[in-house]
Amino acid sequence: MSGATWLGMPAFPEAARTALADEQLQANLRTATTTIRAKREAVVAERADWEHLRAAGAAIKDRTLRHLDRYLLRFEEQATAAGAVVHWARDAAEANRIVVDLVRAADADEVIKVKSMVTQEIDLNAALAAAGITAYETDLAELIVQLGDDLPSHILVPAIHRNRSQIRDIFRREMPDAPDDLTDDPAALAAAARRHLRRKFLTARVAVSGANFAVAESGALVVVESEGNGRMCLTLPEVLISVVGIEKLVPTWADLEVMLQLLPRSSTGERMNPYTSTWRGVHPGDGPREVHVVLLDNGRTDVLADDVGRQALRCIRCSACLNVCPVYERTGGHAYGSPYPGPIGAILTPQLRGMRDDPVAASLPYASTLCGACYEACPVRIDIPAALVHLRARAVDATRGPLSPERTVMRAAAWTLAGPRRLAAAQRLAALAGALLGRRGRIGRLPGPLAAWTRTRDTPVPPGQSFRTWWRRNRRGTAE
Amino acid sequence: MRIALFVTCVNDTMAPGTGRAVLRVLERLGHEVTFPAGQTCCGQMHFNTGYQRECVPLVRKFVDDFADAEVVVSPSASCVAMVRDHHRRVAEVAGDRGLTEAVAHTAPRVYEFSELLVDVLGETDVGARFPHRVTYHPTCHGLRMLGLGDRPQALLRAVRGLDLVDLGGAHECCGFGGTFALKNADVSVAMGRDKVRQVLATGAEVLTAADNSCLLHVGGLLSRARSGVRVMHYAEILAAGDRS
Repeated sequence: MSGATWLGMPAFPEAARTALADEQLQANLRTATTTIRAKREAVVAERADWEHLRAAGAAIKDRTLRHLDRYLLRFEEQATAAGAVVHWARDAAEANRIVVDLVRAADADEVIKVKSMVTQEIDLNAALAAAGITAYETDLAELIVQLGDDLPSHILVPAIHRNRSQIRDIFRREMPDAPDDLTDDPAALAAAARRHLRRKFLTARVAVSGANFAVAESGALVVVESEGNGRMCLTLPEVLISVVGIEKLVPTWADLEVMLQLLPRSSTGERMNPYTSTWRGVHPGDGPREVHVVLLDNGRTDVLADDVGRQALRCIRCSACLNVCPVYERTGGHAYGSPYPGPIGAILTPQLRGMRDDPVAASLPYASTLCGACYEACPVRIDIPAALVHLRARAVDATRGPLSPERTVMRAAAWTLAGPRRLAAAQRLAALAGALLGRRGRIGRLPGPLAAWTRTRDTPVPPGQSFRTWWRRNRRGTAE
Repeated sequence: MRIALFVTCVNDTMAPGTGRAVLRVLERLGHEVTFPAGQTCCGQMHFNTGYQRECVPLVRKFVDDFADAEVVVSPSASCVAMVRDHHRRVAEVAGDRGLTEAVAHTAPRVYEFSELLVDVLGETDVGARFPHRVTYHPTCHGLRMLGLGDRPQALLRAVRGLDLVDLGGAHECCGFGGTFALKNADVSVAMGRDKVRQVLATGAEVLTAADNSCLLHVGGLLSRARSGVRVMHYAEILAAGDRS
């Protein structure tokens, strides 16, 4: 059940082409993003202080990141005092090893899972499977993805690329206890999933979760969800293991208050989500008997070292940027080759994975028109366009040396634009070329490197006289 | 007022009529327009594509060319956004304090055409006449980086004979995105075709905007589709119909 993998996926432009050709996917994405955008806009508009909240959210996260070392130790101290065991993981392999060892120590061969991005990031399910441990996703959308041997395509709604009749087909095919007459009625689908999952909740002895927030002052973890399945996992099993990225910290409960106003409105478009669970250590006779927290770095301290890129660590995984992104709306999440899709993925994945030997990651900073809709929607004011441009510069600087066609063009353009005479000469050349290639004032399809533009778009023939030439001929002598 | 025109390299080469239109409108309103002859480019393409080092000389050149200007006007929202929001970053990358100071001096004096008309000169009716059905696409950098708001539409509404119709999905990017149009041509065109659909649904004869680069993309698709819809920078509409 964990055959699907991000490995070996094509770079963004090629993956996007495949997605664009899938009409069902296009329809599913458009319906889902349009609906959720409208919901978000409505609840955000209710808050006159929304811009203040965003600024406060950004400030809280920035302060946390500035003193992350201190807050992490404070969290460890508080969580340990409450009876939790805190583990530190440098990378995915280390985190997976810790989790596998803990599950084995509990003598279990299956775990139930709360929806979690970070366990997708480290590919925990595959590591568990390799150790003979079966992981059961309990979030409805994650369950759909898992049963379909598929990959998530959205942070909040991982099965956004599926419509309900596709989901019914997956359930009928892969869910052993699904009724034979299952319809695509959402209530019927939810009921089938509920019956299927309930058995797991009652039998599983180990649960694995992530966390939306970790409160440093008390050592508490917080999970925000809609379905209640998360709470079942957090309370019923004997052992609870939570994998938490180190950027998930907030200093105090008061800081959390700001985040809990920003997150539901930005993600599901609700004033408040139905279930918010917080827990702290162990409590005899109530809840798990063993509580483990795995604090994960996996590239985050490298991100922290980059003065422009580090704002990506403010992210609270709400998905607002995905839902408003015109590129995501057309490509879906799989094209981004990572569990973190959309605009935030385009700045997070290249930083977490590096771009040098990863053509998918290296293609992501260019997967944007820089339209700015993501920045406008981000509840913690991550300037995603600025980070994208910064990462493009890092990509270019990392490969300086060998001359690529693009680099040649960029250098030639810089040379031409370095002086008005050179530019004027280039304009005469362009007008001449246009006159040769154009018909009735238009340039149609051209071969070679110009095909990417001209295959679909006409171009007007550059006028015989540039503005500067016109000025020189008609206005010379005017004060300049 | 004495106003320096930054025409931008794209307009200079591909749409000189837009530069002449700015000139005509401002002169009609009684202002003096200069054209610093050394000017070339704001560096946006280099900066946005990741060639920040190559961008440094262009920014240096820009602040030199416009050092003496009291007020600079440009008929390109994205170039003004580049100057206002990113020239400072380029100076930082260059590690050049002198350049940072020069940018701090120049950038705040640079206005997009509608900002100059509405905010600085206090004009919304520039005396134009253009008896056509027109729809306006607010390009992303004008909309989100400059916050142009309603300024271009206010100017267009005051044009005699002009029937301004709302564009559906106006706030959505047209898919141009500079080198995005080449690097991710398929997505770019998919976005552009949706924009074309919205434009055609308005029944407008003319699509107008504050950026000729976006109009080259959408206009190229409109032309290939033989739609009959013309694209025009709004400055050209504001310049229309005067007798000079």
